Amino acid sequence: MNLLDVVLILPLAGFLLLLFLPREREQTIRRVALGFALLTFVLSLGLAVGYRGAGEFAFVTDKPWIRSPEIRYHVALDGLSLWLVLLTTLLTPVGILVSWNYISRRVKEFYALFLLLEFGLIGVFVALDLILFYVFWEVSLVPMYFLIGVWGHERRIYAAVKFFLFTMAGSVLMLAAIIYLYTYAGTFDYVELLRLQAAGNLAFRRGEELLLFLGFFIAFAIKVPLFPLHTWLPDAHVEAPTAGSVMLASVMLKMGCYGLLRFLLPLFPQASRECAPWIVGLAIAGIIYGALVALVQPNMKKLVAYTSVSHLGFVVLGIFTFSQLGADGAVYQMINHGISTGALFVLVGFLYERKHSLEIADYGGVATPAPNLAAVFMITALASAGLPTLNNFVGEYLVLQGTAQVNFRWAVLAATGVILAAGYMLWLYQRVFFGPAPESVREHVYDLKRREWAAMLPLVALMVWLGTASETFLPAIRQTNAWILERARTSGEVRVQLSMPREEAKP
Amino acid sequence: MTAAGVPLSWYLILAALLFTLGAAGFLLRRNIITMFMCVELMLNAVNLTFVALAYHLRQVDGLVLAFFVMVVAAAEAAVGLAIILTVFRNRASVEIDEVQALRD
Amino acid sequence: MQLWLIPAFPLLGFLLNGIFGRRASKAFVNAVAVGAVLASFMWTLKTLGALWPLDEAHLERYFTWIQAGDVRIGFDLAVDRLSAVMLLVVTGVGLLIHIYSIGYMAHEGGYYRFFAYLNLFMFFMLTLVLAANFLLLFVGWEGVGLCSYLLIGFWFLKSSATNAANKAFIVNRVGDFGFSLGIYLIYTHFRSLDFGEVFDAVSRLPVEAGVGTLTAIGLLLLVGATGKSAQIPLYVWLPDAMEGPTPVSALIHAATMVTAGVYMVARCSVVYLHAPLAMEAVALIGLATAFFAATIGLTQFDIKKVFAYSTISQLGYMFLGAGVGAFGAAIYHLWTHAFFKALLFLGAGSVIHALGEQDLRRMGGLRAKTPITFWTLLAAALSISGVPLTAGFFSKDEILLAAYHHAPWMYWAGTLTAGLTAFYVFRAIFLAFFGAPRGWSYAHESPPVMTVPLVLLALLSLAGGFAPVSRWLAPMFPAGEGRHETLPVAISVAAGLAGIVVALLFYVARPGLADRVAARLGALYRLVYNKYFVDEIYQAAILRPVITGSENMLWRTVDVAWIDGAVNGIATRARAAGDVLRRIQSGDLRSYAAWVLLGSLALLLAIGLAGGGR
Repeated sequence: MNLLDVVLILPLAGFLLLLFLPREREQTIRRVALGFALLTFVLSLGLAVGYRGAGEFAFVTDKPWIRSPEIRYHVALDGLSLWLVLLTTLLTPVGILVSWNYISRRVKEFYALFLLLEFGLIGVFVALDLILFYVFWEVSLVPMYFLIGVWGHERRIYAAVKFFLFTMAGSVLMLAAIIYLYTYAGTFDYVELLRLQAAGNLAFRRGEELLLFLGFFIAFAIKVPLFPLHTWLPDAHVEAPTAGSVMLASVMLKMGCYGLLRFLLPLFPQASRECAPWIVGLAIAGIIYGALVALVQPNMKKLVAYTSVSHLGFVVLGIFTFSQLGADGAVYQMINHGISTGALFVLVGFLYERKHSLEIADYGGVATPAPNLAAVFMITALASAGLPTLNNFVGEYLVLQGTAQVNFRWAVLAATGVILAAGYMLWLYQRVFFGPAPESVREHVYDLKRREWAAMLPLVALMVWLGTASETFLPAIRQTNAWILERARTSGEVRVQLSMPREEAKP
Repeated sequence: MTAAGVPLSWYLILAALLFTLGAAGFLLRRNIITMFMCVELMLNAVNLTFVALAYHLRQVDGLVLAFFVMVVAAAEAAVGLAIILTVFRNRASVEIDEVQALRD
Repeated sequence: MQLWLIPAFPLLGFLLNGIFGRRASKAFVNAVAVGAVLASFMWTLKTLGALWPLDEAHLERYFTWIQAGDVRIGFDLAVDRLSAVMLLVVTGVGLLIHIYSIGYMAHEGGYYRFFAYLNLFMFFMLTLVLAANFLLLFVGWEGVGLCSYLLIGFWFLKSSATNAANKAFIVNRVGDFGFSLGIYLIYTHFRSLDFGEVFDAVSRLPVEAGVGTLTAIGLLLLVGATGKSAQIPLYVWLPDAMEGPTPVSALIHAATMVTAGVYMVARCSVVYLHAPLAMEAVALIGLATAFFAATIGLTQFDIKKVFAYSTISQLGYMFLGAGVGAFGAAIYHLWTHAFFKALLFLGAGSVIHALGEQDLRRMGGLRAKTPITFWTLLAAALSISGVPLTAGFFSKDEILLAAYHHAPWMYWAGTLTAGLTAFYVFRAIFLAFFGAPRGWSYAHESPPVMTVPLVLLALLSLAGGFAPVSRWLAPMFPAGEGRHETLPVAISVAAGLAGIVVALLFYVARPGLADRVAARLGALYRLVYNKYFVDEIYQAAILRPVITGSENMLWRTVDVAWIDGAVNGIATRARAAGDVLRRIQSGDLRSYAAWVLLGSLALLLAIGLAGGGR
């Protein structure tokens, strides 16, 4: 039992404990949930301190779980998952803080599910057994379904079902691909699969590899979400409660991006390379499309949701350039998007708590009654629009620089998304915060409270930190990406070389 | 050939008859209690087959299975009767046609 | 040498005022804001003094910002002669404008916010100037754009102000798009973003004959420069930016930020010298902008708008200078322009402060009421018109002379523009200060905290040309300045003087003549008066299609109708199929039993047909 196991188990323990607390003691429930979330976060900081792998897996636990077929409890951390785990453990307490007054019905169930969600999300990022990965993938799906379906806004049932069905459609294909892979390789273990592949014992026929690739890819692409599979996202975001939106945007979407890098590129290098131009095309289309549609949204949450489509297009673009810079930028952008879009949803949630509306038209002049809220929103909006010295710029720069090295035309197209980002963010800001404040706004909108500061300050601090001192985070990412890309670029050829002599030896 | 000279086929025919009776009763009667008893009849018909064949083949597996069936039948009777009781309490009737809540 | 302290002081000022300013007194805010810039100015002087005569660039590396693959991009600052000139302009003029703002903004709400933004601007501008690599330059570049946005929209209750702010930021983003693509190309080809390494590598390359990488880089960087420095086709934001408080217009939209494009082109002179086509483009865009903006300036009645178009026009001169190879002259003009244009704006601010009015048609006769403002403005006007021995004369003539050697037609167009410039500036002066008062009754001279900076700037506008900036910068740029000739200089001076005389004729000697001329020109006048309808064209050709296209085509059609429609269609089909099968689910227990029986019989039958258990 190492630190990683503790970090993984702790939210589950919190979930179980909450189930046994009496339902009436709401304040206790909130405090316990926050306590568990904070403890998890503090312990997870130890992961960052203790992680010194050079692209290797650290904090490995590998125990048998089910004998036949052999499924193992195999969890570990590398530079790719490290920051995503930290992002999860950071945003869970933030989510709990912003739900403090917002959630008034079924308090116990809410916080219990929230911790279960954290458990599932951490698990997804650390699982190295494909079935274990799949289990965590689904575990994270269920609480989110309930978060949207129970505590959401008016059309919550529609949104929850849509969310569930879209994701399920993908994950079923992934399960099929996992099982098919097992019949081939005889193992679910990721590291073992890599070893087999490196030794040339995992050779697919071309069509097979493509099918397996697509099975995984569709699951991940829906989760990312990649254009044109994104339409569940705006609905889910609009209907979800604030904390649900935060976790959904900040962490859940990263599951797809993570999967692309963790599984697709190393396991199916040839298919990845073959499909790359198409995927890049979709990513760029998503960047521009998401930004354009965001521009005209009348609903704040929908607007932010479409910006996610645009931002995550950068992530996918970076990954499928197969360049070190692009992949580094993509991973960095995952964290950035988690921080800045999470913060945006938190802030929109604050506005909703005050005025009970998500329509931009219902606001205006908020800067007058709530200057601090306006200032924090401004910083967050600028971060999201990619202003240098704030976080998104670093990621976008790396992605676009990596893209430009591979294909300059792609970079030109993708960079238009950056212009549009300024457009939708500033236009939103102008309509919500500037101008004279109407009576209804002055009456209901107040400035940030201490609890709200507590939720926002770490995020703002991280925006600056990520934007100015990227070398805190990048080395781990770089090392892990280096070996992933090494495999993605070359293992196809290696395999051919290795398998040739074996076949000749047979007769 | 069994000890008392009763051939195996007789046991099997008897079991088949009992099973058919049970099935027919289950399908045709409307009283839930009767249907319930028909289920028991079918179970015991199967039990008879098991025991007869176990004896015939000199294998203990059939006997074990028969015990299983009896245990399950007992558990089923407990739950089933409880459900019937609840149905009766709620509807003051044990007519099967009136219990169709599963449809929706 | 602790170069980092130069931008650090204003950053500290920003943080102090931004965090504590709301609850602090005005005295505290003033002390922090002005003190920060003063400290920065003093430290600049000390640094330059210590490094004098700055024959070589002085580089300081701090920490790694981004490690892009194997290329380190750091927070590295450097100072050389070019950035020294910029540093002096930014901190010096910046200091005067900070002081002036104390008076100008005295009665405004959000006082602390104004000074916090102003300090933040100084931080980014100084970062821009001191940056030792392209990406850090880009930090400053975007940062000053942000501050410009915040300050244009300072009066955020007015929708015209916030619209102008958005417009400024987004148009600048278009420019930055080009700039960033240029940076990507540079990285791709030179594997570095450090100025030193990149320019060394470029200087070893041959001069490009056709369109190659260097031309592409040069043109992309030029796109960035046209955004920041308000050149055709991205100049449209600057006139609107006059919605901001006047000190902002003076500092950001006249003296410093808008000259960043010129600075950048000069910084990349090696690239442009190796890409003649890109360089020609710089000259052409500069010349076109100079002339085009000057014509619009002729017809405007908002005093700040007149000066805004004048700024665009003067920036065009600087680009012309850079484009014809006279980088030193371009920076020289940047230097003198900072003085006289800041002064023009601050003087205009003083007039606005006195009247609460910025329409020239409702001014007139202010000479007696606001003498200091009048005389200082006159100094600025003389300087911008290129009257001999004033600051503007030296720098402008150096540019025109270089243009003359490059291509005579450019010289003639530039000279014509000089005449127009003199005309519209003096038109504004005459309309404001001469004749009878038109529709105002009370005016007062501004307090000393405003007039002292005016006087100092007036002195600099008159005498600042004696600082031999271009000669001092000559070692930085390859010699291309050519011989000195008297005739072209005389002609351009004559053009300036002619402009003044015509303005005198139109607006002082024969009032009413201007209106008659305007009426005679009819359609042409209306075209110019409406700024050639460029805003309207952009609106109709770009903005509206994007908005309506996104809304109707992408969102409502693609997203809602197609993708969601397809998904919902599948769901409806599935439901319909389910409806059919649902009939089996009658809820009747005995029918279930019958199904079970039938099923098992069918199964048995199937097994039997298949040959039984054997």
